[in-house]
Amino acid sequence: MEWLALGNIEEIPALGGRYVETPQGQIALLRNENDEVFAVSNRCPHRGGPLSEGFVSGKTVFCPLHNWQIDLEKGEAMAPDHGCVKTFPVRIEEQQVWLGLEKAAQ
Amino acid sequence: MVHRRAWPLDKQLDARGGKLLQTAMEVRGVRFLLGKESAAVLGDTHVIGLRFTDGSEIPADVLVMTIGIKPRIEIAQAAGLQCEAGILVDDTLQTYDPRIYAVGECVQHRGQTYGLVAPLFEQAKVAANHLAEYGRMRYQGSVTSTKLKVTGIELFSAGDFMGGDHCEEVTLLDSSQGIYKKVILRDNKVVGGLLYGDTSIGPWLFQLMRDGTDVSAFRDNIVFGETHLGDSGHAGENQASRLADGTEICGCNGIAKGSIVKAIREQGLFTLEEVRKCTKASASCGSCTGLVEQLLASTLGGFYDSTPKKKALCGCTDLSHQEVRDAILAEKLLSVRQTLAYLDWRHPGGCATCRPAINYYVRTAWPAEGLDDAQSRFINERAHANIQRDGTYSVVPRIYGGVTSPAALKRIAEVAERHNVPMVKFTGGQRLDLLGVKKEDLPQIWAELDMPSGHAYGKALRTVKSCVGTDFCRFGVQDSTRLAIALERGLERMWAPHKVKLAVSGCPRNCAESTIKDFGIIGVDSGWELYVGGNGGMKVRAADLLCKVKTHEEVLEVAKAFLQMYREDAQYLERTAPWVERVGLDHIKAVVVEDLESRRQLAARMDFALSQEKDPWAEAISGRLNIHAAPLRRIPA
Repeated sequence: MEWLALGNIEEIPALGGRYVETPQGQIALLRNENDEVFAVSNRCPHRGGPLSEGFVSGKTVFCPLHNWQIDLEKGEAMAPDHGCVKTFPVRIEEQQVWLGLEKAAQ
Repeated sequence: MVHRRAWPLDKQLDARGGKLLQTAMEVRGVRFLLGKESAAVLGDTHVIGLRFTDGSEIPADVLVMTIGIKPRIEIAQAAGLQCEAGILVDDTLQTYDPRIYAVGECVQHRGQTYGLVAPLFEQAKVAANHLAEYGRMRYQGSVTSTKLKVTGIELFSAGDFMGGDHCEEVTLLDSSQGIYKKVILRDNKVVGGLLYGDTSIGPWLFQLMRDGTDVSAFRDNIVFGETHLGDSGHAGENQASRLADGTEICGCNGIAKGSIVKAIREQGLFTLEEVRKCTKASASCGSCTGLVEQLLASTLGGFYDSTPKKKALCGCTDLSHQEVRDAILAEKLLSVRQTLAYLDWRHPGGCATCRPAINYYVRTAWPAEGLDDAQSRFINERAHANIQRDGTYSVVPRIYGGVTSPAALKRIAEVAERHNVPMVKFTGGQRLDLLGVKKEDLPQIWAELDMPSGHAYGKALRTVKSCVGTDFCRFGVQDSTRLAIALERGLERMWAPHKVKLAVSGCPRNCAESTIKDFGIIGVDSGWELYVGGNGGMKVRAADLLCKVKTHEEVLEVAKAFLQMYREDAQYLERTAPWVERVGLDHIKAVVVEDLESRRQLAARMDFALSQEKDPWAEAISGRLNIHAAPLRRIPA
């Protein structure tokens, strides 16, 4: 597991998100009203919409394309929809956001 | 059948309807004894007959009595609580002893008792609110509707169906077909309805009743139900009961009638919201909502809960749009976060429904001081570009009145070429669209275009279309292009409850299609005709004539006044078409046309609100607006 520094939490708008380009694809960073930050793959399981552009509330992000609701802790779409997104660990230390990525297989 | 009154079901039917029911039942072999009051049951060990108060008797082997229900108030009476027909309660469901609350069939509220389930749910909600010490809700009684599907006889009755003084009755009677429809109107609103034999318009009538909709526009055809010019996505069908199971009801999500009915039955769904949540039918554009409601009504029969509910803004609150709006004004709430906190939102972060709505209400109530919260804007309005299915965006610069120049066209073409824009397309609004642009490239493209934003992405003024008019057209009687350009310049950057489209035609041939616009103008020889509430999209509606004026200045003032009234009054996401039908053209005329001072003040408020808006693309280029175009980080391999 490699921890990557992403910057200050204030660079992620509250109740919204940003995305990072990684060798494993785009990863969305979503920040809620309690300053918790979640990281999930930036593709909605429905039609691949960019979750980083959606509304964030509590532990939910609303996909901007067709309003699917994704549970950010479980990485799953909420009923009645079905689908998953990959989740990534995030640590916040002294306002700095760190993203955990598994090292790619050799 | 013995009944004390002159016709059966006298609480749900008038004399004419009762007579039809009686005839239908007699054909099925039922004999009626009406106007007869029972005095005694005859017989010692078993019933042998019934005696009436007038002395007559009828023999009987079996006697079935239906006497309705009576509130069981013995315990309450023994405890000393005030009772009449039921236990007396006030609007908070409190009895005369302030320590005791009562709900349900045992209570009497404002002189009414209820034997149907839906009012009892409403009472329970209010009582629970007070028991939990929130102290916010009031129960003011319920309007109920009765639906019966008894032995092949359809009956629907709601509200005050008897009519009388100060009421108008619109009636359709087709005795040979056994159809009788009666709609009672007061002050252009539906206050009661009685449908016998064909109840298909029942749910729609009830909706009109509970919303208090002004029906003057379609009063003449009200007994025939909704007449649509055309609803898109389900071939204009408006009678769900007549459709085959395989018929697609929801065109957005591809859901057939059979699937919806199956879900209602197997998953025990009772409301429109539940159907939306479990099947997604009517959860996207909503144009099939009427059909879905009909399916609920016909599948659930007497259990369909269609009693009026105050419509909550979203799942985060019980408050309605109007209540939230009133609070924002009264308490000077200046941001979405402040509003959610003040009104005790269930989810402190809100949701995708309430945040944009409240942001709009805050900005409209307080144009100078209200915070425009970027995170409460839909992605399109936040990025100032239309998001596409692959996550790219489209760029539409302003082309006022649909009139451009070689220089502008060249600049658009060069930018498109330089950035390899995948598609360049004309929009319905008479302008050009660059599609397939990456979010990262938006600020650069805006800088190179050096044109104002066309706001093609917003719940905002879109375009003012025009026809050629007197500039060149041999038929034109007015200069439509000049007026269209003036209107678009005068109204650009206006935010609204939903998209707003205008058009100006230079003669009655109406080549700019002004009559399907939110605000449409048609030039005639003596001036300009102004039309409102048209819609050419999901639900086609021809605009209503608002008034006729002589000068450009008058057109602009009326347009601003009308649109400002719409902005201040309509619910978020309500197009002008349903709004005009809901509040009534007469009311709009009174406020915007007839009262000149009111018109001036509305136009002034519009000007003030517009003065607070800057061109978003210019703001982004200058660095004053950050749309977060680039990724947060690029992590190398």
